[in-house]
Amino acid sequence: MDGTNSLRNGPDEHGRFGIYGGRFVAETLMPLILDLEKEYRAAKVDPVYQAQIKDLATHYTGRPSPLYYAERLSQHLGGAKVWFKREELNHTGSHKINNCLGQILLAKRMGKTRIIAETGAGQHGVATATVCAKFDLPCTIFMGATDVERQMPNVLRMKMLGAEVRPVTAGAGTLKDAMNEALRDWVTNVENTYYLIGTAAGPHPYPEMVRDFQSVIGTELKEQFRELEGKLPDAVVACVGGGSNAIGTFHAFLDDPEVAIYGAEAGGHGVDVENGHAASMTGGRPGVLHGNRTYLLQDADGQILEGHSISAGLDYPGVGPEHSYLHDTKRVTYVPITDNEALEAFQLCTRMEGIIPALESAHGLAQVIKLAPTLGKDKSVVLCLSGRGDKDVESVGKYLGLLK
Amino acid sequence: MTTRIDRAFAAAKAANRPAFVTYVMGGDPDLATSQAILNALPQAGADIIELGLPFSDPMADGVAIQMGGQRALKAGQTLLGLLGMVEEFRRKDENTPIVLMGYYNPIYSFGVDRFLAAAKEAGIDGLIIVDLPAEEDNELCIPALKAGINFIRLTTPTTNDQRLPVVLENTSGFVYYVSMTGVTGAAIKSRAAVGEAVQRIKAHTDLPVAVGFGIKTAEDAAEIGKHADGIVVGTVLVEAVAKTLVDGKATDRTVAAVRDLVADIAAGVKRART
Ligand SMILES: Cc1ncc(COP(=O)(O)O)c(C=O)c1O
Repeated sequence: MDGTNSLRNGPDEHGRFGIYGGRFVAETLMPLILDLEKEYRAAKVDPVYQAQIKDLATHYTGRPSPLYYAERLSQHLGGAKVWFKREELNHTGSHKINNCLGQILLAKRMGKTRIIAETGAGQHGVATATVCAKFDLPCTIFMGATDVERQMPNVLRMKMLGAEVRPVTAGAGTLKDAMNEALRDWVTNVENTYYLIGTAAGPHPYPEMVRDFQSVIGTELKEQFRELEGKLPDAVVACVGGGSNAIGTFHAFLDDPEVAIYGAEAGGHGVDVENGHAASMTGGRPGVLHGNRTYLLQDADGQILEGHSISAGLDYPGVGPEHSYLHDTKRVTYVPITDNEALEAFQLCTRMEGIIPALESAHGLAQVIKLAPTLGKDKSVVLCLSGRGDKDVESVGKYLGLLK
Repeated sequence: MTTRIDRAFAAAKAANRPAFVTYVMGGDPDLATSQAILNALPQAGADIIELGLPFSDPMADGVAIQMGGQRALKAGQTLLGLLGMVEEFRRKDENTPIVLMGYYNPIYSFGVDRFLAAAKEAGIDGLIIVDLPAEEDNELCIPALKAGINFIRLTTPTTNDQRLPVVLENTSGFVYYVSMTGVTGAAIKSRAAVGEAVQRIKAHTDLPVAVGFGIKTAEDAAEIGKHADGIVVGTVLVEAVAKTLVDGKATDRTVAAVRDLVADIAAGVKRART
């Protein structure tokens, strides 16, 4: 189905998904954003560009990523069969590389000579530093000071890859603050600098572009599942920070109403705790930040809240605009998962499947743990296992009292 | 119908000098001191006042204005509080134009129609909303024009000739030329380039062109003011507030520091064309 009733047609020419999205940026950036859109439209239909992406996906990233039946976990949960789409096996350890390769090729096409990016968990920072090493471009990564501390392994990786890591101390020192600082750098160095945004958010055309680069996840998954089981899965699940692995997983299934879709938001200490979570759709309302209109955690006066999550990659008070649209239209069900639920899922996955998931992905898994037992044994649930948890072992070790 | 903004530029032009536009953060360092600063600006030499609406995430501002905004928020500033400041100012000053400058979300959250009615009532003459480019004119710009409030657009070094007409289409009051690609508080790289840019904009519009970002001293004002219809000074005034604080609190020097600096720069503005 690709007609007028399709949920896959967005955004419109103004970059809107319903009322969400848009281009809420300073005039200094506007000409560049229009250029970027033009370049992306051209690249999208350029067979050379498409062939480059395909080749890098195969030989650099290691695609397609496997679709894995988590047998022990399925038996333990006693309901639907649980499957993992294993994005954590990609080069650099998460789905973030899919987007970075697409964008670095665009930056090259545009003749940009310097790359900047924001990062929360550091996975996007690592993926960006990686492609910058490969394509020989200098790069600066903005990272909240709190996140620098809780994701130290990734900070070291970025530095080894040749990136400059700039800790941001403003606010709570998390992803939102890193994005503010990246935008300030971009406004200052707009002439030569390409901003490689790491999630399906920001001004148009970023949400669309990042979604397109990540949609390989759902497209592969659909085909792999059909090959193995001869049908569609009954549900797909992904964690939602800015929403790139989630929209990449969901997009291929939006027009298949028989497939239930769940997004796991960061419920932190609980959605009833003010400023104690980062569940923007469950606990926020529409507003404008970082170039787009979307659900945001904000106070009564429209000031943005910091939010909280144990997971640096989900610790952001907003979400990509397409998710806001899918939330309003009820096509996707967004559920909050608390820090503790994610920690339990992290341990269960590690012990039962021998796979250490990223804390972000553990939020998605926690939703699967709730969902699978409610479904029959003939049903199947697929989780996008967006990243591996190597970066989190120290933080989780502290939480579990394994470290002093 | 002439507006306060029209009259302010006309008066400056008649005196053969650029208009002096001063930016202060509304509510910095606390509500009462900020009110006293605002009230003192016209007497010190300001022709037009830009009043900053603090925002948690000021993406186009440098450190000084970021800190000013945080002080204002910490002091309890809100959108209604800011409108209240303007109302209070208008009790004694019917002539000095006030332009609210900030980011869109607090206004969007308040409700655009409700905001425009309240802003008009309070005596606000214009709006500068950093994150609303021409592409988003339906959000606030067009409704503001209908409500009789000017929407002042920023043009930048990246706004080329092809784009200028798009940017200027719904602009009113004056045009604000941002002297550099950068955040507030950075330094101007080339004064000559600023002069050329102002001429380029003037070829596309009859509106006055004010130049801002990077003007820090009376000498800057005199130099840039040669070419521009107005000059905007902000960061150094917010820094002047910051320098007088003790443990983050206003002192008896706070209001005077801003007033003296405005008077000093106003002297530079006056000699721009002599
Ligand atoms: C492994 C992993 N999953 C998910 C996310 C959240 O980002 P997004 O919602 O864009 O997929 C991150 C972000 O850092 C991540 O590292």
